[in-house]
This record gives sequence, structure tokens and C-alpha cells, in this order.
Amino acid sequence: MNIHEYQAKQIFQKYGVPTPKGIIANTPEQAVANAGELGGSVWVVKAQIHAGGRGLGGGVKLAKSKEEVRDLATEILGMTLVTHQTGPEGKLVQKVYIEEGANIVDELYLSVVLDRAAEMPIIMASTEGGMDIETVAHETPEKIIKIAVDPSFGFQGYHGRELVFGLGITDKAEQKKMIDFAKKVYTLYMENDAEMIEINPLIKTAEGNFLALDGKMGFDDSALGRHPDIEDMRDISEEDPDEREASQYGLSYIALDGEIGCMVNGAGLAMGTMDTINYMGGTPANFLDVGGSANAETVAKGFEIILKNPNVKAIFVNIFGGIVRCDRIANGILEATKLVDVNVPVIVRLDGTNAPEAAEILKNANIDNVIAATDLGDGAAKAVAAAKGE
Amino acid sequence: MSILVNKDTKVIVQGFTGGEGTFHAEQCMDYGTQIVGGVTPGKGGQTHLGKPVFNTVKEAVAATGATVSMVFVPPAFVGDAVMEAASAGIELAVIITEGAPVRDMQAAKACAVKNGMMTIGPNCPGVISADECKIGIMPGNIFKKGNVGLISKSGTLTYEGANQVVKEGFGITTAVGIGGDPIIGLSYKQLLKMFQDDPETEAIVMIGEIGGDLEIQAAKFIKENITKPVVAFIAGQSAPAGKRMGHAGAIISGSAGTAKEKMDALEAAGVKVVVSPAEIGKAVKEVLS
Repeated sequence: MNIHEYQAKQIFQKYGVPTPKGIIANTPEQAVANAGELGGSVWVVKAQIHAGGRGLGGGVKLAKSKEEVRDLATEILGMTLVTHQTGPEGKLVQKVYIEEGANIVDELYLSVVLDRAAEMPIIMASTEGGMDIETVAHETPEKIIKIAVDPSFGFQGYHGRELVFGLGITDKAEQKKMIDFAKKVYTLYMENDAEMIEINPLIKTAEGNFLALDGKMGFDDSALGRHPDIEDMRDISEEDPDEREASQYGLSYIALDGEIGCMVNGAGLAMGTMDTINYMGGTPANFLDVGGSANAETVAKGFEIILKNPNVKAIFVNIFGGIVRCDRIANGILEATKLVDVNVPVIVRLDGTNAPEAAEILKNANIDNVIAATDLGDGAAKAVAAAKGE
Repeated sequence: MSILVNKDTKVIVQGFTGGEGTFHAEQCMDYGTQIVGGVTPGKGGQTHLGKPVFNTVKEAVAATGATVSMVFVPPAFVGDAVMEAASAGIELAVIITEGAPVRDMQAAKACAVKNGMMTIGPNCPGVISADECKIGIMPGNIFKKGNVGLISKSGTLTYEGANQVVKEGFGITTAVGIGGDPIIGLSYKQLLKMFQDDPETEAIVMIGEIGGDLEIQAAKFIKENITKPVVAFIAGQSAPAGKRMGHAGAIISGSAGTAKEKMDALEAAGVKVVVSPAEIGKAVKEVLS
């Protein structure tokens, strides 16, 4: 689960990680009031959406008067912000963060992520703050410092030394501040089951302080149960409504831009089914894993969600029954076709436990648009043909 | 022959008396697996499925001589359960539970390695040595005995692959579902080595997916160490970047972890890479004839 910048900054503040002062606003009036409360003469108006690249997309702007704060907040609130991470459809801005201006003398980068190969968190830092880290990694990989921290032993002095010497920080007081900063970010990463914390840029001010000017945080969904405070930060308007609805029924659904709806048990087989459709010249309309305990209700829900997509021209149901018996799934499909108006051809491949019985059930039901397939390859081929109207 | 587990393997179940634990322990026993007892804290002294229940893994190991534990405890308790198994001298923990926090698995894996315990999973179908021992949730009847070893991140693709291998007239020595979480126990490298050393295994199927770089590490390892033919499929060639495809670890981060880079690396290592899982059986037939 991801959270907004303003929420990330609340967490930073709780852990003593320095940030500029800021207040969230839902209206231009609130934005102006916030600017007054923050004081000073320069403010930054920042669109709050779950995507990077907000600045380039026109969602982060500098205001030098309260009138300007009002104008910019009016402009940004309600705009559909398109960045390289939102996709072409963009995201609606519903909140702006009003933040005090800072005297920036240097922009750095700091993140903590899980290094899957090392099986421990790594702190990544770079002097190239403000740039997309993927670009830095591609063009100047030597400018990224990677420091693995073994949680069995925690953040040690040498981790801090590798960091500050790597960043070329020579001033003793600044070294101390940076090490303290990184240690606190690591601590909050561990204590909150974060998946990723990224601060880009981490700025150095004219006063010699380090501040998190931006903040991105993602958390391990499996651990949210023990972090109710973070679960409370969930913004459902940032989530795809179909994906969310599916998850409430134990289905894992992701919309894609093709024509063949897929309903599969197991994530690996679901991806493999999409790949096979592609390989045979078709295009998958979605990823859908109905899970290990698929029943009539979940299968019906699956059809309903798939058919919401107007591009769907055929549906491929690909189930390899293990513990789940295929005859039950076949009955589930029959029930589902009664509950949902299925107006496209449905290609059904049921293999594994009790597959012959399942085939018999579907044959006897004799539903017009249900087409039986013998195996994965056969099913994908039939689905591709059906989507082309053949 | 087989790898990891066989008809003599003594197995306990952690989370023995729960719904999932009970159902699958019974299925495993029907298959012929030697389930010698189980652990459910607070229920020590009882009998379940005709086997003794213990309060702690330590007691269970002392009383039964079990060397393998099948873990079915709820996600929030998996880390603790695995560390308990490691500290009690269990040699292999097969972790079926889905949804364990990554931080817990990180600690549990580190603890297991320190204690010399192997782990499989979490979030996996388990391990099966055909006709000998099933420790997990896979449908045992698919896995006919033969000479192909199988390693897979995905449960249903394990069944799909094994089924095709059998339909082509071959069979399975051992199949291992390693799971698709960001941190897992035994991975391709260790298992490839075991299959290479197993005289009965003549070919190896490895099924991977997007995310992480275990398949790339495997490709390097195959090039230098594996002489038996390997067939591979990588799921997620058509998956969009930045989206988690069902498994916690199945995500293309930025430009890293794509199916294409994994397929290219495996191909360069001499592996027979198929573009659809529907081709696994045929490819196995090809490399074995």
C-alpha cells in the first residue's frame, strides 16, 4: 500500500526525520489559510497523488504571495495530472500540500528498499538528487551508493561512514546530521514494515540542515494488520475500483488493454495464460487469479468484473484443478452464466482432478456460447479465434 | 531416487489441528507421507488424525525423530514458527502459508540459515517425490513417477508442467514449489544442484516469473554447473511494469525483473526456453529424445 507525500511527512516527523513545515488543504481557501499559518513569504503548492513526476507534470508550483497560493491551489485542485507514472489517463488531484519554501543549496537522494538478492534492506544514496534514480542507475551507476543493513545487527557506525564519505560530506556537523537522518529513516522502515521509502530530493539548506523535501512510502500489504495507523492512511480513491472490488471477493484482478478476458486459478498460470494468448496472436484484457478456493460466487463475480470492460470479445476460463475439483468449477460456471449475462463466447478449459466429469457437465448443459477446450494451447487458440469473430 | 524427501522422511505439521493443517495433513498421509505428529500450542497431549499433538516443536522432535516440518500456521505466526523449527533441529521446513510479512520471513530465513535448516516457500504448494512422499497441497495423482525434476515459483504452473510431462509419457522424480514471495527459502540454484546430483533425474524443468533476479542467477549457475538438459518457462512476458501480478514478488521494478531478460539469460546458458507453458511437455520430450 502506498501513501501520499503529506502522510509520509507525518511519519518522518514522528521519527524525528527533518522535513519542511507543511499543512494539507482540500480547498483554495484552506490553502491560503495554511500559508498564513506557516508564515514566511514563499510557499510551495504540491498536488497529492500516488505517482512520481508531479513537478514535471505541473503539479508542484512555487507561490510568492498568498494570492498566488490561492490561484495555484485553484488551478491544481481538480486537475487531472498526467506524469510518466500515472499513465495517459492521469490522476485527479483532490488535495494539495502547502509547504514552506526552503533555501536549497544541494539536492541528494536517499532510499531504503529490500534487496531481494541480499535478503536484507539496502540504503541507496546519491548526489544526483532530483533526478529519476532509474536514469541515474542507467547512465552513471557509479553515483549510487548501496549499503546493505542486516536487521539482525541493525544500523552500525560503519553504515553511516560509508554513506557520508560516499556522498562527499566532509563537514563534521553535517556528517553527524546526515548519519542521524539515515538511521532514523532505516528505523522507521523496519518498525513499520515498509516496502520502500524514497526521499528525492533530500535537500541541504543554506543553514546546513538536511530535509526530506519529498517523501514516498510503500508498505508490505501482508503486515498492515499490525499497523492500524498506517492502514488508516489508505486512500481508496487512488486505487482502481475494479481491482478493489475484486480483492474483496478474494480475486486478484488487473486490467490490461486487450480483448480476451482471462479467468485462471493461480497467479503463475494466470500470467502463463496471458502469455499464451499473446503468443497465439491475441491480446489479454486482464489478469485474474480466482485463487485456490474458487466457487460459483467467485466465478460469477469474475465474469461480472471481466465483462465490465467493453473491449472484451471472448473469455478464456483456464482452471487446473488441484485440490479444487473441476466438476465443482463446471457447476460454478453454469451458475455464473445464470447470474451474469455473459454475451461473449466463453472458452473453458478444465484440467486436473475430476476433469472428465466436468466436461460431461458442460456438454450436457449445452450452453450456446460455452466452448470446451482440451488443454491450455487449444483453449488459447480457440479464445483468440473467437475474439476475432472466427 | 529423489531429492529432499522420500518414503522414509518423518514429518510433523505446525498448525496441525487447524482447518488447513488437518485437511492437507490427511491428504499427505493418504499419499503415503509419514506424518508422525504435529504441533499446536496448548493442545499438547491430544491425539489428532491418530497422531500425537505437541505443544512445542522441540518436544515433537524429541518424541518422533521428525526431520521435516510442514508449516500451516496463520501468516502473522509464520516467522515465529519457522524460527522455532530451526532452533529445534528440524532439517527442512516447508512453508505453505500465504501472506507472511516480508520482514518476518527475512528474520526467519536468516535464523534458518544460521541453524543449518533448509526452508521451502512461503506461499508455495510444497514438495513432492512421486509415489513416495508429498509435503504440501498439490494434487498427488498428477505426479507420476519418472525422471524429470521440476522447480517452480507457481503452484498451478507446477501442476500444469507436471501434467504435460506425464502426458508425454515421462514422469517426475521430485517437484518443488519454491513460492513467489520476495524472500524465499531454497531457490533454483540449490535445487538444480540437487537434481544434477540425483542419478534418477535426467532432465529439469524450471518455471519462473517476473520480479527479482533468481532466474538470472540460475542461468549463470546452469552455464557453469549443470550438464543435464533444462527446460524453462518464465511467466509474465505480457505483464505490465510496476504491477504486482498476484504473487508478492511478481513485480517488474522499473526496468528490472522482466521476463525477457530472464529468458535471454537462460537461453544464453543453453536452456531450452519455451514462450508458453503449453509447450513444456513437448520441450521435455525433445530434450530427452
